[in-house]
Amino acid sequence: MAETTTTTHAGLAHHFDDIEQQREAGTLGMWAFLVTEVMFFGGLFLAYILYRSKYPVEFAVASNSLNVTMGFINTLVLICSSLTMALAVYCAQIGKRRPLIIFLVLTMVLGATFLVIKGVEYHEKYVEHHIPVRFNTYEFKWEPHSAEGASSQAERPAVETGNVEMFFFLYFAMTGVHALHMIIGLGVLTTLVFMARRGRFTPEYHSPVELSGLYWHFVDIVWIFLFPLLYLIGAHLH
Amino acid sequence: MREHIVSPKIYYVIFIALTVLTVVTWSVAKIDLGRMNAVVALTIAVIKATLVVLYFMHVRYNSRLTWVFVGAGFFWLAIMVALTLSDYMTRGWLTIAR
Amino acid sequence: MQTVADITPPRTHYLNATYGVKSWLLTTDHKRIALLYLASVTFFFSLGGLFAMLIRLELLTPQGDLVQAETYNRLFTMHGVVMVFFFLIPSIPAVLGNFLVPLMIGAKDLAFPKLNLLSWYIYTIGGAFTVVAILMGGVDTGWTFYTPYSSTYSNGNVILTGLGVFITGFSSILTGLNFIVTIHTMRAPGLTWFRLPLFIWSHYATSVIFILGTPVIAITILLLALERIAHVGIFDPALGGDPVLFQHLFWFYSHPAVYIMVLPAMGVVSELIANMTRKRVFGYKFVAFASLAIAVFGFLVWGHHLFVSTQSVYAGMIFSFLSYAVAIPSAVKVFNWTATLYKGSISYNTPILYAFGFIGFFIIGGMTGLFLAALGVDVHVHDTYFVVAHFHYIMVGGAIMGYFGGLHYWWPKITGRLYPEAWARFAALVIFVGFNLTFFPQFLLGYMGMPRRLYAYAPEFQVLNVMSSAGASILGMGYLMPMIYLIWSMRYGPHAPPNPWGAAGLEWRTSSPPPTQNFEHTPVVTEEAYEFGPATEDVVSTVARA
Repeated sequence: MAETTTTTHAGLAHHFDDIEQQREAGTLGMWAFLVTEVMFFGGLFLAYILYRSKYPVEFAVASNSLNVTMGFINTLVLICSSLTMALAVYCAQIGKRRPLIIFLVLTMVLGATFLVIKGVEYHEKYVEHHIPVRFNTYEFKWEPHSAEGASSQAERPAVETGNVEMFFFLYFAMTGVHALHMIIGLGVLTTLVFMARRGRFTPEYHSPVELSGLYWHFVDIVWIFLFPLLYLIGAHLH
Repeated sequence: MREHIVSPKIYYVIFIALTVLTVVTWSVAKIDLGRMNAVVALTIAVIKATLVVLYFMHVRYNSRLTWVFVGAGFFWLAIMVALTLSDYMTRGWLTIAR
Repeated sequence: MQTVADITPPRTHYLNATYGVKSWLLTTDHKRIALLYLASVTFFFSLGGLFAMLIRLELLTPQGDLVQAETYNRLFTMHGVVMVFFFLIPSIPAVLGNFLVPLMIGAKDLAFPKLNLLSWYIYTIGGAFTVVAILMGGVDTGWTFYTPYSSTYSNGNVILTGLGVFITGFSSILTGLNFIVTIHTMRAPGLTWFRLPLFIWSHYATSVIFILGTPVIAITILLLALERIAHVGIFDPALGGDPVLFQHLFWFYSHPAVYIMVLPAMGVVSELIANMTRKRVFGYKFVAFASLAIAVFGFLVWGHHLFVSTQSVYAGMIFSFLSYAVAIPSAVKVFNWTATLYKGSISYNTPILYAFGFIGFFIIGGMTGLFLAALGVDVHVHDTYFVVAHFHYIMVGGAIMGYFGGLHYWWPKITGRLYPEAWARFAALVIFVGFNLTFFPQFLLGYMGMPRRLYAYAPEFQVLNVMSSAGASILGMGYLMPMIYLIWSMRYGPHAPPNPWGAAGLEWRTSSPPPTQNFEHTPVVTEEAYEFGPATEDVVSTVARA
């Protein structure tokens, strides 16, 4: 165990021997939690793998109807937010309060941007009747995106619309659960901003920022996988 | 174990790498490579995730125990997927008398 | 030698340190949280037992005459849901584990005391949802919620019940998280991994399963709920889905879940055997690694529940082989416990009676598990009472015996009182007889072909069914007795010394009950686990007292 400090730190909980032990426990605890999140999302990925291999054509066609540009922008937005979050942790580590708050707020703004874009996408799907509860199997048409696609009638794949609905179910389930985690993340960041404003974080004690950072990066990683798997399957279809 | 402070320069480098890789993923997806589309996309995604885990999440500078935790999580997911797929992929092997 | 009358309890301890409802409902003391859990799990045990009683009453006669078929379906479903998710899975870890893990490693509390309290609240809220679901008529799908019945056709409260289980799952996750981090980071000076009590090894292994398995049942229930709303067909073959996908996801958790139920009980048994024979457990390292092996291998065998589904035969063969492999570490433990007993100085009191019961029943339950792991045999006995008997031998004969044994053994530490030994031994005997009478006939019934989950059966099965129901009533009375005398002892039992059993382990080096901070001074460990010297003067022999 690390050397015991003679001064009792303000952030040290009574059942820990020293701040170092507390920090180590916190990090391990957050990683244990993130492991549970891996398994949680993992179940959805398993269902996705299975049904994509069963219905490759339908999945490609359905994926093609998603707004890839928005997905791409959202991916960049989240990567930016991971950068700002990492920089926030750095500011906490060196004890710079104002930049810490600024980076936390920036992360929140980017996170909110992600959710707004997602909301726009969901609305698009709602209007097009692609949401599983409102899904109209007779209405689903695959629209080509380019002139050459429209002219090559022979290349239009035959689809079973029930299986197309399967894709959208997984799309909404996976991005929905992900968005829920983002919303929780925003709540956590809000709390951090309030704590930072009250000067609760020092170079010795800033675990909440660090651990929240781990959570935020994890949510980013999930999206890093969701983007290609959901948006890019049918990207080569014109 | 004292906390390791990662320099912001590293964060910027990783950020640029992640952005570049995202653009690459998007561009490659537009080309029809058949089965390889999925392989390329997932490979890039794994590389991006690894960069985030190692640098943004500081795992590169953490204890071996943390590595075990992180590894275990992804390994367990692999078990779940692999053994389940072992069912689906072998179902057609045995032709049952009709 | 001190007599019982000489024992004076500590002035201040965790039970009387603070008063009032708020001091209990807002406590972060792991010992108080353990007692909160004790109250909750006892409630759910009674509720599940009530359903069991109704089931066994119906099965007294071959015809379905007590309840309607659908009601019977709801009874066995709720019996399973309540017993598995709200009693068996939390019982030992949340009650004994919460109380003992910090004490056994010389810590002041778990790593995250507030998460510990949150865990109890989450458990209670999930339990409340399930009770509401029961009051609204329950579910009739079986605790396994197989699709497409549960996702498309059932009229029961699938989503509400599922919600209760979903919420309670997070309570498990938080407990497991707490244990793992605590054991890694908060051991007392000198307490290396191989000096830890085997109870800690078992709970560590259990916590690994909590972390890796529980999230999968969560997502499975979520998918089931979404499917009931959206009717996309993710589990419905008529709409292009695969019902076996549900089974894969469900059993990926639910098989390791049975190891969640049995590993802590094994940890208890290791403690009981070592301390009641005053001998270090034979092959300590083997037992410790066997716990981890069970946890890891337990994740590789779930397909043995899918042998007669449309799972491929080749996957079935892999899972069958792995199911045999997972029995090996369990067998290692049984052999090592037996070897520990050999030439040990055995005190035949209540805790070790439960440990003996565990070993015997676990052998039968485990061996019959191997019957089921053989593809060919499983085709014959799947969905019969053979399976029912098998898992009740492990869960009731194994896990619950371990729970009661541990409860009795650590009762003096938890409450500062000694329970009445004579009544306790009698109750253990009643439980032993009642249990065998209830479940052994079920092996025969299953082998002869009586299907499970049906309220009527062929008339030739009646004699064995009547035996089973008679046994169930005896078993029920056996469980009632500890509930009465343990509560009685909290008020009227003689005060317990710090170490009434002369046992080894850090938890016995503090007063009974312990102070809130567990130890006056953090202990420093210099000896191996289970170091027994001659019994010291402050040990009161309960054998002499009985």
